[in-house]
Amino acid sequence: MTRKPRPILSMVASRVGLGVLSLVIVSLVIFSAVAMLPGSYASAILGQNATPEAVAAMEEQLGLNEPWFLRYLGWLGAAAMGDMGMSFAGRPVMDVIGPRLLNTVVLASITAVIAVPVSIALGIVCARFRGRFIDKFLSTSTLASISVPEFFVAYIVMMVLAVKLQLFPSMAGIRASMDWGDQLYRMVLPILTLLLVILAHMVRNTRAAILSVMASPYIEMARLKGEPEARVVMRQALPNAIGPIASVVALNLAYLISGVVVIEVVFVYPGVGQAMIDAVRNRDVPVIQACALIFAAAYIGFNLIADVISIISNPRLLHPR
Amino acid sequence: MASPVIEINDLRIDAKANDEWSAIVRGVTLAIHPGEVLGLVGESGAGKSTIGLAALGYLRPGARVSGGTVRLQGQDLFAIPEDERRRFRGTKVAYVAQSAQAAFNPAHRLMDQIVMVAVDRGGLTRAEAEARAVALFTALKLPDPAQFGSRFPHQVSGGQLQRAMVAMAMICNPALIVFDEPTTALDVTTQVEVLISIRNVIRDFGVAAIYITHDLAVVAQIAHRVAVLRHGVVVEEAPIAQIMDAPQHPYTKTLWAVHEMPVDTSATHLQKGAPLLTISRLSARYKQFEVLQDINLQIGRGETVALVGESGSGKSTLGRVIVGLKEPSGGSLTYDGEPLPPLVSRRSLGTIRRVQIIYQSADTALNPRHTVRKILGRPLALYHGLRGARREARIQELLRMVELDPTHADRLPGQLSGGQKQRVAIARALAADPELIICDEITSALDKVVQAEVLRMLLELQARLGVSYLFITHDIEVVRAVADRVVVMQSGRIVEQGAKAEVFAPPHQPYTETLLASVPDMAVGWLDRIIAERAA
Repeated sequence: MTRKPRPILSMVASRVGLGVLSLVIVSLVIFSAVAMLPGSYASAILGQNATPEAVAAMEEQLGLNEPWFLRYLGWLGAAAMGDMGMSFAGRPVMDVIGPRLLNTVVLASITAVIAVPVSIALGIVCARFRGRFIDKFLSTSTLASISVPEFFVAYIVMMVLAVKLQLFPSMAGIRASMDWGDQLYRMVLPILTLLLVILAHMVRNTRAAILSVMASPYIEMARLKGEPEARVVMRQALPNAIGPIASVVALNLAYLISGVVVIEVVFVYPGVGQAMIDAVRNRDVPVIQACALIFAAAYIGFNLIADVISIISNPRLLHPR
Repeated sequence: MASPVIEINDLRIDAKANDEWSAIVRGVTLAIHPGEVLGLVGESGAGKSTIGLAALGYLRPGARVSGGTVRLQGQDLFAIPEDERRRFRGTKVAYVAQSAQAAFNPAHRLMDQIVMVAVDRGGLTRAEAEARAVALFTALKLPDPAQFGSRFPHQVSGGQLQRAMVAMAMICNPALIVFDEPTTALDVTTQVEVLISIRNVIRDFGVAAIYITHDLAVVAQIAHRVAVLRHGVVVEEAPIAQIMDAPQHPYTKTLWAVHEMPVDTSATHLQKGAPLLTISRLSARYKQFEVLQDINLQIGRGETVALVGESGSGKSTLGRVIVGLKEPSGGSLTYDGEPLPPLVSRRSLGTIRRVQIIYQSADTALNPRHTVRKILGRPLALYHGLRGARREARIQELLRMVELDPTHADRLPGQLSGGQKQRVAIARALAADPELIICDEITSALDKVVQAEVLRMLLELQARLGVSYLFITHDIEVVRAVADRVVVMQSGRIVEQGAKAEVFAPPHQPYTETLLASVPDMAVGWLDRIIAERAA
C-alpha cells in the first residue's frame, strides 16, 4: 500500500496555528482594553500631588507616554519570552504572579485528578442505567449543583464542615513555610467546593455525549449480537463519545485556572485570582494584563488539546481511505 | 422432517405511541426448518422488522410482547429474562441489518467487530475466529481476504461492508440468520453481487434464514417460501413459485403494482417546439474531483427524462446544477431560449419559480415544525403574492391535486405517512407553478404500492399541467413506468441517451447492459441464470 497524505497532520497543525492566532488576538484585546480604562495609574499614585508635571514625569518613567502599539509589541515580545515586565509597584510581574500561579495550579491539579475520572465514571453509570434511580438521583443533584452560584456552594460547604462540624479550617491561607500535609488539610474545603461545581457539569455532559451515541444503529446491532449492556456502553458507545467528552473536560480544566477567582476569595486562598483582584484594586496594569493573558492561554490551550483529541479519536481522519 | 429451527406461534407485539399501546403484530404464526429460507414481504409498517427482531428475542424500546411464543430450537425466548435471551443472539441466531454503514461501529476495525461474539461467547480463540472470518471473507468473495479485516468500516465500499456483515452474522455458525432488507440500500449492480454472496453462503453453510424485503423480485431469488405481511397479519403464505405464479390474496397481487403500471407510449403529452432546457458541455467539480464532464442534454416541454446510474455517478449533482444549488465549472445552461445564470442567487424570482426540485426524503425536506398549510403557503406568498382567502383556496386546490384530504392542511409532517409526506413535498413544488420539476429519487423511500400511486399521480399531473420532469432514479422499474427519454450516467458522464424504447432495446452500451441485466426479474431462477451465465 502506498502512503497517502495524512489529512490529520495538516488538521492538527491548522488547529495549533489557529490557537496561536487566537491567543495573539486575545492579547491585543487585553492590551487595548486595559489601555482604554479611564483614570491614570500615575495620577492615582500621586494622589494629592498629581500636578500635570509630576504625572508626565511618572508616565515617562513607566514608559506610558509611548504610542500604544509600540508598548503592545514590546509587551508581547517580552511575554513570549516569559517576561511579563515590571509591575508598577516595582517588582517583576512574574515574581508577583509566579507563586500565586503555582498555588492555583496545585489546587486545580488535585481537583482535576479527582474530578475527571470520577465524573466520567458517573456519567457512564448514568448513561448505562438511564432512567433508573441512580441516573435520576445524579441528574437531579447535578442540576441543583449547577444552578446554585459557586460562592453559595462554597459557603454551604464552609458552614457544614468548618462551622458546624469543625472538621476543616474555613480559611485556606496556605503559606510556603507550611509542610505539605498542613497545606493539603487547609485546601480540602476549596477542593471540595470546586469538585461539586465541575463534577456536576462534566457528569451531565458525559451522560449526554454517550446517550447521543447510544441512539446510533450500531448500538442496536451490538445488542443484537448479544453484547451485555455494560459492554455496549464501554466498548461501543464510549469510543465514539470521546470528542464531546474531551471538550467538556477542557472547558472545566480551564475554569479551574481562570474561573476560581470567587472560590479563592471566599476561602482566602492565595491563588492567581486573588493576585488579579489585588492588581485591579491597585491599578497595576502589567499584573492585570499578565493574569488575563494566562487565563486566556489556559482556555485556548485546553480547548486546543480537546480539539486535537477529538480529531485523533475520529477513525475517519486517523485512518483515511 | 427435522424439528423447526424457529417456531413463532400466534405472536402479538404492541408498540407504545402517544402513551397508548397499539398492536403492530397481531397473531403471526411461522415456522422455519433447517436450511430453509423464508421470505417476509410487505410494505413498510407491516411489522416485518418487528417480527425479524422478535426472532432474536429482541424488542425495540417501546414495544412489548402481548401474546404468543417465539421458540428458537425449542427454547421459548420471551419466557426467559433478557440476560439469558441475550446469550442466544450472535451465537444461535444472528442479524444482518439494512445499512451496514450504520450498523458497523466506526471506531473499531472490521475484524474486531466480526470476531467479537465468537471470542466472547462462541468458544473460539482469537486466532481460530480470525481464521474462520478469513474463510468467510473468501466465501463471500471479498477482496484481499487476509487483510480485509484490518480495515475500518469507512475504508470499504457499501457492498463490501454488507458482505462483511454477513460474515459477522455467520461467525458463530448460527442456526438462523435474519436478513432485514440487506440489499435495499444498494445500487442494482451492487445488489446482484451481494445477493449472489448471500445466496451462496446460505446454501453452502445450510443455515436457515428469514429474508425481509419489500421487493418481490429479490425474494424470488433467495427464498423457498414467502409470507406476505400486512398490518401485522400474514395474509398469504406459500412456496415462492406459487406466490409468483398464482398469488391468492388481493393484497399480494398489488405487490406487482409498479411492475404492472400501464406504460404510456403514445407521447401525446409531449409538446412541440423548442426544448425547455438545454444543457451543453456542462462540467462540475468538487475541489479537484470532476463529478460531471461534458454533459449534453435537452428536456422538452411536457417531457419526462429519466436520469439513471448508480450512486456516485453524478445524477444528483446534475439536478443540483440545474436548480442552481451547485455552480458548474464549465458549459452552459439555456432555459426557454435564455441563458440560465449558474447560481440560484443570481437568478430572478421568476426563473427560480419555473424550476423546482423534490428530494428523496420528505422527512428531511419538510420542516417538522411547520403545518402543511404553512409549508404550502410560503411558496404561494413568495412567488405569487397570494394572501388570505385566495391563498387558502389555492392550498386546498393543491391538496386535492396531490390527492390529500383538505383536513391535512392542519397536520405536521410527523403526523403523516411516508407517502403523504412525499405528496406534500410534491404539492409544495407545484405551488410555484413550475415548468420543470427535478425529482431526485422521490419514490425510492416508498414501498411499491405507494410508489405506484405517486408515479401515477405525477403522470396525471403532467397530462393536466404540461409540466416537464427530470426523474433522477436508480430504479429501472420506475424508468419503464414513467420515462419518455432515458439518460444513462456513469462516473460523471452520459454514456447513452435516447427514447425509452431505443435505450431499453438491444443492442446496449456495455454499461447500460450491466445496469439492465442487474435488475432482478419478477421470476424465480433469475439469479441462478445470472450465476450460470457468469460461470460459463
